[in-house]
Amino acid sequence: MSPTAIFRKYELQNYIVYLGFIAIFLFFAVTLHDAGFTSTRNLTNIILQTAPATIMAIGLVFALSAGEIDLSFGSAVAVSALSAAVVMQILPMPLAILAGLGAGLAIGAFNGILVAWLRLPSFLVTLATLGLFAGVARTMTDLRSIPVTNSAFTGFFGSGELLGIPSLVWWTIIGVAVGHVVYRHTRFGAHVLATGDNARAAQVSGIKVPRVRFLVLTICGGCAGLAGLLYAGRLQAAKYTLGESDLMIVIAAVIVGGTALNGGKGSIIGALIGSLLMGMLNNGLILMGLQVSDQMIVRGLIILIAVAASLRDTSR
Amino acid sequence: MTQPILALKDIHKAFGGVVAIENFSLDLYPGEIVALVGDNGAGKSTLIKIVSGVYKPTSGSIRLDGEDTSFSDASGAREAGIEVVYQDLALADQQPVYMNMFLGRELTKGPFGLLDKRKMMDDTQSLVDELDVRIPSSRATIRDLSGGQRQGIAIARATHWASKLILLDEPTAALGVAETARVEELVLSLRERNIAILIVSHSLDQVFRLSNRICVLRRGKQIGVRETEKTDKNEIIAMITGLQT
Repeated sequence: MSPTAIFRKYELQNYIVYLGFIAIFLFFAVTLHDAGFTSTRNLTNIILQTAPATIMAIGLVFALSAGEIDLSFGSAVAVSALSAAVVMQILPMPLAILAGLGAGLAIGAFNGILVAWLRLPSFLVTLATLGLFAGVARTMTDLRSIPVTNSAFTGFFGSGELLGIPSLVWWTIIGVAVGHVVYRHTRFGAHVLATGDNARAAQVSGIKVPRVRFLVLTICGGCAGLAGLLYAGRLQAAKYTLGESDLMIVIAAVIVGGTALNGGKGSIIGALIGSLLMGMLNNGLILMGLQVSDQMIVRGLIILIAVAASLRDTSR
Repeated sequence: MTQPILALKDIHKAFGGVVAIENFSLDLYPGEIVALVGDNGAGKSTLIKIVSGVYKPTSGSIRLDGEDTSFSDASGAREAGIEVVYQDLALADQQPVYMNMFLGRELTKGPFGLLDKRKMMDDTQSLVDELDVRIPSSRATIRDLSGGQRQGIAIARATHWASKLILLDEPTAALGVAETARVEELVLSLRERNIAILIVSHSLDQVFRLSNRICVLRRGKQIGVRETEKTDKNEIIAMITGLQT
């Protein structure tokens, strides 16, 4: 059997993210051992830092699986974090949480309506709303950063712990668990996959395709809202730049994690591993002492290789 | 004679000023296969879409088991027990066989409404075994199957859900010779299930192999219905083309 045939037979592209994860982990563990890569503190840090990206990735798995894409979640993160921070200054904390999540959901629903019922392509809609809500985030506070001092909030979404496990790790676990069950074990998840796989077949089978498209984009917005709260909690401040640089990392995490760009196939667990992989890469390159510009180049190349490897089979 | 499963009476369909179907009447009985033939543009697809609830007839009545029916959309027809097998399959290629079998009608269990994958797999397996559709497993991904296997799955799905009528729209147009023979066997075996089958086909050979009756359309007009045993290809061709041969 040729290597390609073996690759196909065992569907290795489904596991490439795990192999890549282990390979890069081992590489950094050996080369950066003295720099402290393998210390518990550093490894925990990686997970804490990737929590918002992981939550965004979960939403994106739903959107891509349904054959849509969301490019606007980065702006939704900033708007959500700022909404929560501003509301928290004048109203009780629970209302601030609702404001943050609500802002994300509203942005997602806005995208969803345009895509589902006006049949505009999600790529263009969310490219436009990416810019639109980046502008909104800037005007909201005139580019100012808003401090988040409510300790209940920062504990719940940032530095707190429960049963010795940091709250950001809890959010990651809960997000991935809920996302995975909905994606793999509910009728909605099945309808998302069917819609992205063959929208006409889904339609003639009685699946309400527009509703699915609306919901996946709303979910993306909701996940961005939660990610915004996590950023605000961890950094104890909200700023318009939050989420700005996450677009490439989150898309890469999701694709590397085995989700098809053109719909019908995906994995929430894979997206988690992909997100951790991106976080590890980030961390390792910093510990190696690379300059920011060099980090960008290396990260870009590694993402390119990883994405190429995970997309091998789709040409079939 | 038993009551027809589906009775179409004086069906008339116009799109704006263009008449697509005129005064079409046909009764379908349980256990019979009726072929719908005609040249391109004769109105076969329009008729299929009327029966499957996609189009509403401009006038005329559709009776299902003796009761007047009007479908608001394709879901309405499906709920009434009418299934369509499309030429281009309408399968989700990257999903497993069992999810396709239950597409849009997934089984759930428990208080949280989680998918009952085990039962869907088991039901799929027993159905494909019963119909002798040979696939590696109910968990196999559709795109790993051959064209004939896929059409087998599409027909099995229709069989599973249809309680009254299956519409087959060019079911073997995309298949090779051996696969066509296999699908034809499958279609013939469905007669025992006491449902009616309406098949659209361009292949007269196939029509003569499968059908009990043949209904000919030309430019939206119903030219006639013949019992397959009492007619021959020359007569049918003459009816389709309007020319004497």
